[in-house]
Amino acid sequence: MSVSGPDLNQQLADLLGRIPYAVFLGVRADLAGDEMTAVLPYSDRLIGNPVLPALHGGVIGAFLEMTAVAQLSVGQGLVGLPRTIDVTIDYLRSGRPRDTYARANIRKAGRRIANVQVEAWQETRSAPIAVLHGHFLIAPKDDGAA
Amino acid sequence: MTDQTSNPTGLLPHMMIMAPHASALGMTVASVERAEVVLHVPFRDDLVGDPERGVIAGGVVTALLDHACGQAVMAALGDYQTIATLDLRIDYMRSAEPGLGVFCHAHCYKVTRSVAFVRGQAYDRDRGDPVATAQAAFMLNTSARRSSKATAT
Repeated sequence: MSVSGPDLNQQLADLLGRIPYAVFLGVRADLAGDEMTAVLPYSDRLIGNPVLPALHGGVIGAFLEMTAVAQLSVGQGLVGLPRTIDVTIDYLRSGRPRDTYARANIRKAGRRIANVQVEAWQETRSAPIAVLHGHFLIAPKDDGAA
Repeated sequence: MTDQTSNPTGLLPHMMIMAPHASALGMTVASVERAEVVLHVPFRDDLVGDPERGVIAGGVVTALLDHACGQAVMAALGDYQTIATLDLRIDYMRSAEPGLGVFCHAHCYKVTRSVAFVRGQAYDRDRGDPVATAQAAFMLNTSARRSSKATAT
C-alpha cells in the first residue's frame, strides 16, 4: 500500500462525506494504522423502540454494512464503491441509546468478491451487540480483466 | 390494551409513529393485511448511497426490510408486543433505479411461542423484480421476559 496514514484518514473522511446516507446517519470513522473503527454517534432518530429504548435493528444493520463498505474502499484500492451482494446480521444484544462502534475484518478480497465480517459494540468490544457476515462485489484498480 | 380488535390495521400507523427511525426515513404504510404489510420509503436526496449513480442506499433498504418484517410480525400477532430481531439475511439482487423510492412487502408466515419467521421483498416498481429479499427471525415478547426472568421460554 503506497498511501500513507494521514492520506488514508482523509480519504476515509472524504468517502463518508460523499455518501449522503452516511451523513444522514452521522457515521464517521477513525483509522489507527490500517485498522478502522467506524463510529455511529447516538441520535434520537436512530431509535426503533422508544419503550425500551433501543436502537433500530435496521440502523445497526445499515451501520455494519457501511463499515464493511468503508473498510473495503480504504484498504483495497477499488474502482467505485463495493456493491453488497448479501449480508447476514445476527443481533446479539439490544442497542442502547449511546454511541456504537464497529470494526470490519476482511477475510478474503479476491478479484471480484470480498468476504467480510463486521462486529458492532457499545460498552466493551468483547460484548458485541451485532455481527454481520457479508459478500461484496468489488473491482480492484489493478485488475484490467475485471 | 386499547386496540385488541381482530383487524390490526389500526395498530400499525401507531407503531410507525412510535419508531423514530421509521419517521426519520419518511416510512409510510402502503397496506396491511393479516400477517402481511407493505411499507414505502420515498426517494430523498439524503438517503442516497452511491452519489455517482443517485440510487437509494443499501442501508435504507436494510432498515426498511427489517422494519417491514417486524411490522408483519405485529400484524400476525394482532396485538402489541416488544419484539427483537434475532437475525436478518438480505440478498441484494440489483440497485434501485435512480430517483425511485423503495417498497417492501413482508409476510410473517410462522409464529411459534417464542419466535416469528418472516420473508420480505424490497422493490421499486414491481414486486416480481425485487431489489432485495430478506429472511428474518424475531424473538417475541422480549420485554416480558426481561421483567420476569423466572418465566420459562
